[in-house]
Amino acid sequence: MSVLDSKIPKGPLAEKWTNHKNDINLVNPANKRNIDVIVIGTGLAGGAAAATLAELGYNVKTFCYQDSPRRAHSIAAQGGINASKNYQGDGDSDYRLFYDTVKGGDYRSREGNVYRLAEVSGNIIDQCVAQGVPFAREYGGYLDNRSFGGVLVSRTFYAKGQTGQQLLLGAYSAMNRQINRGKIKPYNRHEMMDLVLVDGKARGIIARNMVTGEIERHSAHAVVLASGGYGNVFFLSTNAMGSNVMAAWRAHRRGAYFANPCYTQIHPTCIPVTGDHQSKLTLMSESLRNDGRIWVPKKEEDAKAIREGKKKPTELSEEERDYYLERRYPAFGNLVPRDVASRAAKERCDAGYGVNKTGQAVYLDFSSAIERYGKEKAFTSGNKNASKEEITKLGKEVVASKYGNLFDMYQKIVDQNPYETPMMIYPAVHYTMGGLWVDYNLQTTIPGCYAAGEANFSDHGANRLGASALMQGLADGYFVLPYTIGDYLSKDIRTGAIPTDSAEFEETEKAVKERIDKMMNAGGTKSVDSYHKELGLIMWNKCGMARNAEGLKEAIEEIAALREDFWKNVKVPGSATSKNAELEKAGRVADFLELGELFAKDALHREESCGGHFREEYQTEEGEALRDDENFKYVAAWEYKGKPADAVLHKEDLVFENIELKTRSYK
Amino acid sequence: MKLTLKIWRQENATAKGKMVDYPVDGIDGDMSFLEMLDILNEQLVEKGEDTIQFDHDCREGICGSCSLQINGEPHGPDKLIATCQLHMRSFKDGDTIYIEPFRAKAFPVIKDLIVDRTAFDRIQQAWGYVSVNTSGNTVDANTIPIEKEKADEAFNAATCIGCGACVAACKNASAMLFTSAKVSQYALLPQGRVEATERVQAMVRQMDEEGFGNCSNTGACEIECPKGISLENIARMNREYLAASVKG
Repeated sequence: MSVLDSKIPKGPLAEKWTNHKNDINLVNPANKRNIDVIVIGTGLAGGAAAATLAELGYNVKTFCYQDSPRRAHSIAAQGGINASKNYQGDGDSDYRLFYDTVKGGDYRSREGNVYRLAEVSGNIIDQCVAQGVPFAREYGGYLDNRSFGGVLVSRTFYAKGQTGQQLLLGAYSAMNRQINRGKIKPYNRHEMMDLVLVDGKARGIIARNMVTGEIERHSAHAVVLASGGYGNVFFLSTNAMGSNVMAAWRAHRRGAYFANPCYTQIHPTCIPVTGDHQSKLTLMSESLRNDGRIWVPKKEEDAKAIREGKKKPTELSEEERDYYLERRYPAFGNLVPRDVASRAAKERCDAGYGVNKTGQAVYLDFSSAIERYGKEKAFTSGNKNASKEEITKLGKEVVASKYGNLFDMYQKIVDQNPYETPMMIYPAVHYTMGGLWVDYNLQTTIPGCYAAGEANFSDHGANRLGASALMQGLADGYFVLPYTIGDYLSKDIRTGAIPTDSAEFEETEKAVKERIDKMMNAGGTKSVDSYHKELGLIMWNKCGMARNAEGLKEAIEEIAALREDFWKNVKVPGSATSKNAELEKAGRVADFLELGELFAKDALHREESCGGHFREEYQTEEGEALRDDENFKYVAAWEYKGKPADAVLHKEDLVFENIELKTRSYK
Repeated sequence: MKLTLKIWRQENATAKGKMVDYPVDGIDGDMSFLEMLDILNEQLVEKGEDTIQFDHDCREGICGSCSLQINGEPHGPDKLIATCQLHMRSFKDGDTIYIEPFRAKAFPVIKDLIVDRTAFDRIQQAWGYVSVNTSGNTVDANTIPIEKEKADEAFNAATCIGCGACVAACKNASAMLFTSAKVSQYALLPQGRVEATERVQAMVRQMDEEGFGNCSNTGACEIECPKGISLENIARMNREYLAASVKG
């Protein structure tokens, strides 16, 4: 029997959340004023949670490492946010969004959580419009939608290619309103260094003021971790440079189980790696697959000629192109889910059909879309016999209005014009479905410590569908956590303020200071980045898009050795008492060096392929993922026992009462 | 490429700063400007020297963290980009590049190239929001149709990344473009109109209190804005402010 209790409410799927809200305890408004909550991270989940908790009356402190809450990495999300509004009348419903998400996650998520997510999704859009989020609209004045991968309806709301920015600025504006009221105290340029437990409950944090280097104690009745994902364990990813696992990992070390660390999303449409100078990779929104067609040359010699610069992609005729997604997956075509699209790109490139100098790229082509839109535009504007040039011109205008900023971004980085020649793309690490284990209330295995957004593991299973991260972040922050946390805090109405002079704060602060001293005085010769890059290469080569037992065993040993070397040979110049980016990076990389090993261990133990976790030993003859529901239909939650190698596995069996488990097919 | 970098070094807010020369070699045109600084910092780590501190995060031009004055221009010579999107192909072998923090009284230097832009946060805290609770008990999102043209215009204003280039570009260090973009976004939408009078007054008051200068219509802010935020927003804010003043 597992120690993990998911606390999924009983009753029919569609009534669980309503019943649960009716059952849980509330805190009266007068008592809320005496309760403090700390929120780590100010992205969609953290920002939304902070604003809502403050509105309810709790005293909130927010922490972010950026100079302003508005810069959290949710801001970089491009394509959109899903909601089952069914404004298009194309057959969408809460159930369908729920079904798509569970199927998209390869049946490795919890039914109860996912249904709740679908249920509140429509409300998110209402809320954001009320806040003044300028979503894209049609000429009639109503909201516009587009399609994303893995679904057959148009349910994605968007604001050009800057949906994340607009939603985050919405949450930030809600935060600002509460900051102005004095209900939120923002601690910017602050990093959470450790979690403080008193009598087994999360009661505060130790933070570092990144400007002065001062180590601070902050107490609260509950701590919410909304600190994002850990994709930067790969060094190269689409995450921001500062995105890190420290808050989640420190909580893990204090007793919060870490679930499914090996579930990583490698996003199919990113700008390819070109050399070893790169510090990060840039995403090209999945929305581009609405109109872009993905292909590689049909003949190997054409691919070779293109790599050598002897041929141009535009010189290849339709017959000489292999639109491999349309060929392999006729039902979903270019809009298959991300894991499927990424693996298919890797398969073609590994087989020798890749383009770009490196051979590690495929084309994303807009010429068909330009023609189609151009014809439509010419026709509707009364030009029934438009010339080819006129059509192309009009088509480019339409494409620019939809994806202009993405095309500009591409051109600035690659120095090629995607209106004239197809984009080159390749998969890159983008999102982590794994994270801190939480129950239905979003509480981790530490009482009083909650995790929201990408930091938890709960809703996306082994693969996340496009435009669902924004939905989950805001659902957790605006509509789930503010209810569920009240149930826990209702027991704290007589506790009073938590003192920061207790032995527990003292000890945790001491441990933090010692760790910083150790890093500052390692006396080595190698830079933090050199370790981070080395770790990233191990992760990408052995724990990336395809994994096997042999490689994973090697990765575990190599990461452990690298970690040992880090603590002996790292060099951190500067001082601990002023702004010091090297020291900040060192703390984060030290935690990645632990997480990376647990990641590989988790991937090794999961002897099946599902979603983003593809084990080469477990695949069908056609190269599709081969799941093993009999033996692996569970959440793997790891308990910290001193070092990653000793982590203890706990299993939460996934129960499917409403969906029949099937082989995922997008053919 | 071989380059000479002249970089502003300043220990903290109260210390005196100075320009320091750093030669760099082996710079590739495909590198971003910040990746070039990464390389320089790696060299400084090797020598055991304190690295050059600069703000950066998403490195794709959307978070608004990066904030360098490069050869006298906010975000460097190219238009419509943030520093992180500037590539070294915009420079040539043998160039000398001056790298300084954004300069404004309201943006004090924290260290080296990092400035404190929390004045922008405080302007938004003053009334940069719609006073609606996040409880979700609002009307259906499609209840109020909004003219596409207005919605698009509001969106364009809302794409401001809050980097501060407008202030750094302005000889008066005015924050009118930033503030007006936010005022405009809400003024153009029915959801924002309800509090339009109070909002423009509160935000302008806060902007003045922060020590930003006046607008003298040179238009430098619009030219240097990485997101192309239009001067029309300033005109709109002025109209809103005037209307609010008349209303009292």
